[in-house]
Amino acid sequence: MAALACAGLLAATACSAPGSDSDTPDTAGSTGAVATTCGSDPVTLKGYFETGFPLPKQLSDEFTKQFPNVKWEVREDQFAVITQNAPRVLADDPPDLMRLPQVSELVKDSLLKPLDGYAQAYGWDKWPASQLEQMRVNPDGRRGDGPLQAQGLNFSMTGVFYNKKLAAQVGMTQPPATLADLDAVLQKAKEAGLTPIDQFNGGATGGLAFPLQNLMASYGDPAAINDWIFQKPGATIDTPSNLRAAQHLEKWIKAGYFASDINSQDYATMMSRFIGGKALFMFNGDWESGNLDKQMAGNAGFFLMPSQAAGGKQAAMSAPLTYGISAKATHADCAAFFLNWVATDQKARDIAVTVGGSHPMGPSDAYMPAVKEGTVTAATLTAGATIGKDNGAMDFIANATGAIYAKSWTPQLQKLAAGQQTPAALLKSVQKDYESQVKG
Amino acid sequence: MTRRHSGAWLGWLFAAPAAVMYAVFVLRPLALTVQYSFYDWNGIGASTWVGLENYTRLFTEPEQFATILHAFELILFFSLVPVLLGLFVAATIRGIAQSRLAMVARTVLFLPQVIPLVAAGIMWSWLLSSTGLANELLSAVGLGRLTRAWLGDFGTALPAVGVIGAWVLVGLCTLLLLAGMSKIDPALYESARLDGAGPVREFFAITLPSLRQEIGVCVTVTIIAALASFDIVYISTQGGPGNSTMVPGLEIFYLAFSEREVGRASALAVVLVILVLACVLPVQRFTRDGSR
Repeated sequence: MAALACAGLLAATACSAPGSDSDTPDTAGSTGAVATTCGSDPVTLKGYFETGFPLPKQLSDEFTKQFPNVKWEVREDQFAVITQNAPRVLADDPPDLMRLPQVSELVKDSLLKPLDGYAQAYGWDKWPASQLEQMRVNPDGRRGDGPLQAQGLNFSMTGVFYNKKLAAQVGMTQPPATLADLDAVLQKAKEAGLTPIDQFNGGATGGLAFPLQNLMASYGDPAAINDWIFQKPGATIDTPSNLRAAQHLEKWIKAGYFASDINSQDYATMMSRFIGGKALFMFNGDWESGNLDKQMAGNAGFFLMPSQAAGGKQAAMSAPLTYGISAKATHADCAAFFLNWVATDQKARDIAVTVGGSHPMGPSDAYMPAVKEGTVTAATLTAGATIGKDNGAMDFIANATGAIYAKSWTPQLQKLAAGQQTPAALLKSVQKDYESQVKG
Repeated sequence: MTRRHSGAWLGWLFAAPAAVMYAVFVLRPLALTVQYSFYDWNGIGASTWVGLENYTRLFTEPEQFATILHAFELILFFSLVPVLLGLFVAATIRGIAQSRLAMVARTVLFLPQVIPLVAAGIMWSWLLSSTGLANELLSAVGLGRLTRAWLGDFGTALPAVGVIGAWVLVGLCTLLLLAGMSKIDPALYESARLDGAGPVREFFAITLPSLRQEIGVCVTVTIIAALASFDIVYISTQGGPGNSTMVPGLEIFYLAFSEREVGRASALAVVLVILVLACVLPVQRFTRDGSR
């Protein structure tokens, strides 16, 4: 049949199996000698950044100020577009530095330059291990250990943001200490006629994954969730504690704690409603801290998802703002030098916090910029310390495979929100998709 | 003899640029898609020959098959509604052909064709949002309990997407049918009226049969728009909530670029092409027979 199709083809089309002609760049010899400088000759770094977030642009501008021989040629796209483009762009139009989605599938295709050589040369291996583990991929394609494949510009922290004015209105004077306390506040907000939680869950973006994973970590062990995300053999999301978490989320939905139209809300709508004071809570990350400090100055607060018992260990989704170097990059050494500069230069760390809102990468005793008391940025940075102490950092359940978010979590959570799916069937269905995707 | 020969060559020469473009940008991708559909390939790495597996999965996985059913449901909105409505509107406009109102109506109805589909999708997603105009109107007339996020509700999302499509296509159909009506010999109407036919009888006895070809074009174009829909769905719902508006065009896109299953995406694309042809060819035949 294929031969028939080929026979009808123009001579221009070679009829070999697709993909077999792609040359595989050498990614094995990564431990060889590396240059830890951009040199003094003019260099133009090709960057591929994410639209809507000013951090990489400001960092690259500052970098050029300090190293005038380095210029930038930057292309920007939305994250969804970057995710869809990543393999092709890395193969055909290799950038020196690129914002990356989950890396395991890119590594399988040898599209990224392993960074172990640089890690040794710059001493990244002496940083807290948890900062880099999400970007390590072992030869089986599992994340969590193995060679380092990417680096972060900073690392994010997630939790619950709240509107201080509305909180005072329902008598919440300090962040809830237990999950039961949080439930009580939600109920009070509902009774007061407020929208307790606004959360995007429309289109292809199932934002209920945020509260669901937070609940999972309240009910169970974050390490088990990470195992699942990192594709450890035998890991499953369909566990008794996760079921209780999903049931808890369903209870919130049925109680009317979420805005009624979350299934048609995108991220931007949620942000504008929260900033406009239309909801008490929102589950989100500290990449919005700077923004909220500006737009809701003094009125926005943040707390980590409370655990079951007061004083219990807390956990949060926390992920590096992942940037990688193409296996075919022309100026890999300079790009790596930039990544190291971002984590170690004082000015760069200032920018990472004030512009990015998140904690900079790097050694735990490194310089930290002063942050104003009472701001959301201060609250999220403090939360980062708690998570570090409790060893509660998790990657996002949306990052387990390349397609799990769009094809499984999102439709399943939308069904849950509409009362068309049960918690048990939701977890079973996601697990089934996961297994077929990990195998495929 | 020689003159005729060189003339033929010249003809080919003139057609060559178009033929080359067609071959490179239409035939070649088409053939490659058929080829890819027999492989398990992620778009980058090595590929494995899997024979017909991609096709069997298409019909055994309920989620993928559902996308095809959704496309057929959209035909109702993209095809039936615009053609019927177009006929009605065109007949009405023709009745007032001389007035300025007819001009205005024509322009207003054709406007959606001029607006990019992406803009139409964005505009309608505002109109149909929980705080949008549609719900405000309902509340204003006391139907507040009907209000909902039309594009975010499992029961209404697909029909809501259909309404957007109908809005876009009704103008095209109206204009095509109106052009067809202007070709009808006025003497026919006059004799019908002398025979005592009213406007309804006129419409069914003269207008409708004379428009056979134009209706054929309208139905063909709109069925293709329904089965191959992408832009409107991608902008307004992205297939959500819970896959309730997932259509083949969008599924192909997700399969190829987010799941990186180029083989399965190609198989669905091939099936979609066959489906479109299977729906459109009978329509063509039906309308062609009538004209001769």
